[in-house]
Amino acid sequence: MKYVDEYRNKEIAQKILRQVKSLSKKKINLMEVCGTHTVNIFRNGIKKMLPTNINLISGPGCPVCVTPIRYIDEIIALSRESDFIITTFGDMIKVPGSTSTLEKEKANGSDIRIVYSTLDALEVARNNPSKKIVFMGVGFETTSPTIASAVLKAQKDEINNFTVLSVAKIISPAMKTLLDGKEVNIDGFICPGHVSAIIGSKPYNFITTQYKVPCVICGFEPLDILQSIYMLVKQIEDGRAEVEIQYERVVKPEGNKIALDKIKEVFKVVNSDWRGIGNIPLSGLEIKDKYGKFSARKFEVEIEETKESRGCRCGEVLRGVITPHECPLFRGVCTPENPQGACMVSTEGTCAAYYKYN
Amino acid sequence: MKEDKILLSHGSGGKLSFNLIKKLFLSNFNNPYLERLDDGAVLNIEGLKLAYTTDSYTVDPLFFKGGNIGELAVYGTVNDLAMCGATPLYLSCSFIIEEGFSLSLLKKIVLSMREASVVARVDIVTGDTKVVNKGAADKIFINTSGVGIVEDGVNISGSNAKVGDVVIINGPIGSHGIAVLSEREGLKFETEIKSDTAPLSSLVADMLEISNDIHVLRDPTRGGLSTTLNEIALSSKVDVEMNEGDIPIQEEVRAACEMLGYDPLYLANEGKVVAFVPSEVAPEVFKKMRKNKYGEESKIIGKVVRKSEGKVFLNTTIGGKRIVDMLTGEQLPRIC
Repeated sequence: MKYVDEYRNKEIAQKILRQVKSLSKKKINLMEVCGTHTVNIFRNGIKKMLPTNINLISGPGCPVCVTPIRYIDEIIALSRESDFIITTFGDMIKVPGSTSTLEKEKANGSDIRIVYSTLDALEVARNNPSKKIVFMGVGFETTSPTIASAVLKAQKDEINNFTVLSVAKIISPAMKTLLDGKEVNIDGFICPGHVSAIIGSKPYNFITTQYKVPCVICGFEPLDILQSIYMLVKQIEDGRAEVEIQYERVVKPEGNKIALDKIKEVFKVVNSDWRGIGNIPLSGLEIKDKYGKFSARKFEVEIEETKESRGCRCGEVLRGVITPHECPLFRGVCTPENPQGACMVSTEGTCAAYYKYN
Repeated sequence: MKEDKILLSHGSGGKLSFNLIKKLFLSNFNNPYLERLDDGAVLNIEGLKLAYTTDSYTVDPLFFKGGNIGELAVYGTVNDLAMCGATPLYLSCSFIIEEGFSLSLLKKIVLSMREASVVARVDIVTGDTKVVNKGAADKIFINTSGVGIVEDGVNISGSNAKVGDVVIINGPIGSHGIAVLSEREGLKFETEIKSDTAPLSSLVADMLEISNDIHVLRDPTRGGLSTTLNEIALSSKVDVEMNEGDIPIQEEVRAACEMLGYDPLYLANEGKVVAFVPSEVAPEVFKKMRKNKYGEESKIIGKVVRKSEGKVFLNTTIGGKRIVDMLTGEQLPRIC
């Protein structure tokens, strides 16, 4: 396929790998904070191609995985109310809450629909005027502009039965928390490509200036990832710490102004709970009071008491402290068919990637 | 969190389906025929080898680019017989119809079944009709069963793969999955991709003409190529290695997968066969396949590398290597 095959060339891959190898013998830990990177690293067998001194660690880059259990319980509670239709991206449907999942609620008769975009959820609202539609607003800065657009369109078209239960997240505060936590030694960040297409490169500047940790904004094809690894290793060997953009064909330093304006119009920045990490200041997006009628927080439901699966170490996996193999539940009790934690559910979850491809 | 409920994933053709079949159906109905978990059973009746299979068709939407539920109901069962190495002869056909269903649509479906049965050279010789209350079924479900004759000397089974076997597929994968998905409510998108729905019995007959010694034939329907190869690897206790670059996938299907985040290896097919052929006869079989209308785009995609507990590996385009697992859970909603 044009514009794809060029980025999957074996000869070039081998060349970059040779360069990485000759560049450094140091033990280097690089963290990716995007689930799509995690999956593509595994899908292409990149981890095993790298020289043994280069270690890739998966961070909190999967929006499904960092969504707290209480949020899942909240949406499950809403799904049990009459007259509600829950609309969601497919990945969320299997995420275990304290005692149930949306998939099970669907089998019990709740109206839960998988959509491909927020605007499709808006269509569901338009076509079902007597129902209350809740869209699960889960995601990073790639998703939040689309949620904002849907809210603005709902306002314009007066689709007043459309709501969003937002737990949208901002990635860079989580990266700061990981660096402050010092649980894992991070020598460089493989920064998310699509998130950066929206936010640009500036939000990562503090990482290079304050923490002296190199950042490279990376595309999603195998050669993008290998080249980004090369660029990070080069920075480390040169003693530099800069935000570089490898994914130049998509990402501009200033980001996407239209998308950023929409986020700013609809959302306010709030403190937010991250599964496995805890509450991170100013890391979440909540719908502004001005658009309050489109926020599902206006519905009052009783939410069950939060119960974490016993022994689940998703939190440590998300922070890159352990690999899934070190979790006692991995592959035994916890499998994609019977997931105990979110990291095993989402196709972009670290545990699912280890399970599926390793 | 074990639940007493059937989830859609139990019918997806992936791991949950596999477990349900093994733990509930196989353990209760256990017999040597069923135990092989092949696409059909080959029964030995007084020296005659009779292949027998059944399948239910619940595809939504009923009409999609490149096919419809009626055509699928004929070709699907014909193909299951062909995968036993049989010449398909007779089909049964049961309709479960929801009250209020359009009679003209039903006519369209039946006409299409008639045409398909002419193409596949089978007769529909018995049947049944049930109409259920509105809401008790989704528009129309069709079940077909089929019988066919297996020639002496033909012994095809998912458990027959041997070290050294060459793995051949008769054309590009994933088009049925994408064609159906693109027409589903809520997910609609514009595409020219057509379902690959096709009868495979003439292709299989051509292959058997070259050699009786074909080890495995399987049609990678639900769960796709990955799940089928995993099933074969598991029941034959061998490791299979594929080369990513050799797996034929249409440009449009690849593009749709890139866009939607699907893996074509798990997409359903309705006109594909995966064959495990001994290396000595593989070149001739391959050549013959290429000459058949339904095998023009055949490709050799891998081989059986060793005896083991049964894993599938993929050599990636950029030179990496990874495991290919069965489909776990449901990648797409109801497809066939």
